[in-house]
Amino acid sequence: MKTRIQSLLMLACGFALGFSGQTNAAKTTKIVIDGSTTVGPIAKAFAGYAMEKNPDVNITVSESGSGNGAKALINGACDIADMSRFMKPNEFEAAVAKGVLPVAHVVAIDGIAIIVHPSNPMAAITLDQIRDIYMGKATNWKQVSGPDKQIVVIGRDTSSGTYETFESLVMRGEKVVSGAENVGSNGQMRQRVQTTDGAIGYVGLGFIDRSVKPLKVDGIAPDMGEVATGRYPIARPLYMFTNGYPKLGTPLHAFVTLYLTPKGQEIIESIGFVPVTRY
Amino acid sequence: MSRAPTHNLAAARGRSLLRSKRANRLQHLASLAGHGILFAITSSSALAVLFIFWFILKDALPFFQLRGVREFFASTAWYPVAEPPQFGSLAIFVGSGLVTAGAIVVAVPLGIGAAVCLSDILPFAARQWVKPVIEILAAIPSVAFGFFALVVLAPMLQDRGGQMLAIGAWLVGAPVAALVIFVASDLLSARLPARRRLVGRLAIVGGLGGVACWGLANTAAALDAIEIPSGTNALNVSLILGLMALPTVVSVSEDALQSVGRELREGAYALGSTRAETLLRVVIPAAGSGICAAVILGVMRAVGETMVVWMASGNAAQIPSPWYNLLQPVRTLTATIAGEMGEADHVTGSARYHVLFAMALCLLTISYACNWISEHAVRRASRKLR
Repeated sequence: MKTRIQSLLMLACGFALGFSGQTNAAKTTKIVIDGSTTVGPIAKAFAGYAMEKNPDVNITVSESGSGNGAKALINGACDIADMSRFMKPNEFEAAVAKGVLPVAHVVAIDGIAIIVHPSNPMAAITLDQIRDIYMGKATNWKQVSGPDKQIVVIGRDTSSGTYETFESLVMRGEKVVSGAENVGSNGQMRQRVQTTDGAIGYVGLGFIDRSVKPLKVDGIAPDMGEVATGRYPIARPLYMFTNGYPKLGTPLHAFVTLYLTPKGQEIIESIGFVPVTRY
Repeated sequence: MSRAPTHNLAAARGRSLLRSKRANRLQHLASLAGHGILFAITSSSALAVLFIFWFILKDALPFFQLRGVREFFASTAWYPVAEPPQFGSLAIFVGSGLVTAGAIVVAVPLGIGAAVCLSDILPFAARQWVKPVIEILAAIPSVAFGFFALVVLAPMLQDRGGQMLAIGAWLVGAPVAALVIFVASDLLSARLPARRRLVGRLAIVGGLGGVACWGLANTAAALDAIEIPSGTNALNVSLILGLMALPTVVSVSEDALQSVGRELREGAYALGSTRAETLLRVVIPAAGSGICAAVILGVMRAVGETMVVWMASGNAAQIPSPWYNLLQPVRTLTATIAGEMGEADHVTGSARYHVLFAMALCLLTISYACNWISEHAVRRASRKLR
């Protein structure tokens, strides 16, 4: 009996040693990313590229919303917070109080496209008309020189960064009508608009595909060129926040500067956002 | 468990079968320890409930201190991020109530009907097969229901909503009308002299049937003309929630019907009742409290469901106009908590964060009340049957 226990103990020790030896040899760096569902695709594509280039880096990307990303960074639960809006003053205060110094990296620019069902004959709309529709002043498409059809107004829930950008760039302090439907993500928005005849909605530029129809806003089409030059009226920068500027040469530093490289630019363009640099 | 063989062994070795004092004491201690551990486990789950209640209460009260009670319960202006923010939740309470009521309308007749069929009409062997199949409904994850509601049911309601409503009216109306006409003709023709009874009965059936068909056709035509602009609305969610509450209602009310003893049924048959009379006058009233408990459990399932309503109710914080209009999008308490949690600052502890706990507190209170009522009903039922 005793000998058996001894041998078991030795075996366990052996395992423990073996495992610790393994982890020591690998020296894996872990990068945890959390935050906006809009920035999430960029972070995921960057993570795929970074892990392929450097197998010792292990990157996990979650998408729980800009606010949750900020919270996670403040609480030390992540290394990078993806955010589709800038950090709010109270978030900064909370961060500084916890000894976290947020540094913003603008990784790309995102245009918010106004989308309608493909069967809708409208091709252009003005910012004022969009505001009227979301305020509930215009309830039929013919009020904004469209067909005679009831407008189904679809917005994003107040916890999304896309909502906040829309609110500040389009609504400008006016309230969204209480009868507006709310959805939880860009993908769900596209799904709702592509299946609803009278619908109007808004998504990030990267989520436009053939199933929905983007409208020109104030005469300018939501495409990469117009957003990059700043002519398209509903556009915003996308951020990654780190705690202080990362130590030069670390995998984290390489990751948050990836957007400056031609490869990073290519990745950002391939998922439908507009790069900050033009090579 | 291991003691019995040891004892046999002890007996075989010629020792006394009586336990020694030491063993006795040991056993006493062991049983004490066992009781203690079991008590700790049981009380820990009770304590968990108390802790949850305490923590929700702790975060809910600051909201009422910050904003007062009146705005929360009386206003319909839900603008948590506006400047200044408004936290009127009346529309959200109405939304929760509306989809729950819709779910009851779907689940209760279907559920009780299925339970009666399972317990008193289907042969035993069939019941053994059908009941587990219904209970599988409860095992489908709610996100799957939500996905179905969003991707299949919502576009269907938009494209063919009027037709679906019209078909629904026929499906519900025709059997009800047939039953009413049958009973009415029976009652009315009984008053006629025997000679003309058959002719009279046929005339009554024909007349009433014509009226019913005309009424149903008109209703169906009116419904058919309705265009549903958006398929993510209260009706969609009500249908799905009703489906989700169905297994609970069926299972619990079937148990209640089963627990009505054989002797009651046999007594009723012996007095000359038909099967319908036995069911309607004896079995269902006797199982009434149990069925009531089943309905309340179904209600709790519908009130607390989050994923489906978050995906398919439209989440518009408005009271539909008119208030019973199920074809408009609504917003529920659970969906609001789920949707707003992401941006509500617990770091700064704003009213926007605490309002969600105030909603959670209301939900907890509602489900506690429901639970208490159903417990009460079940207790009354078991007492009555004994």
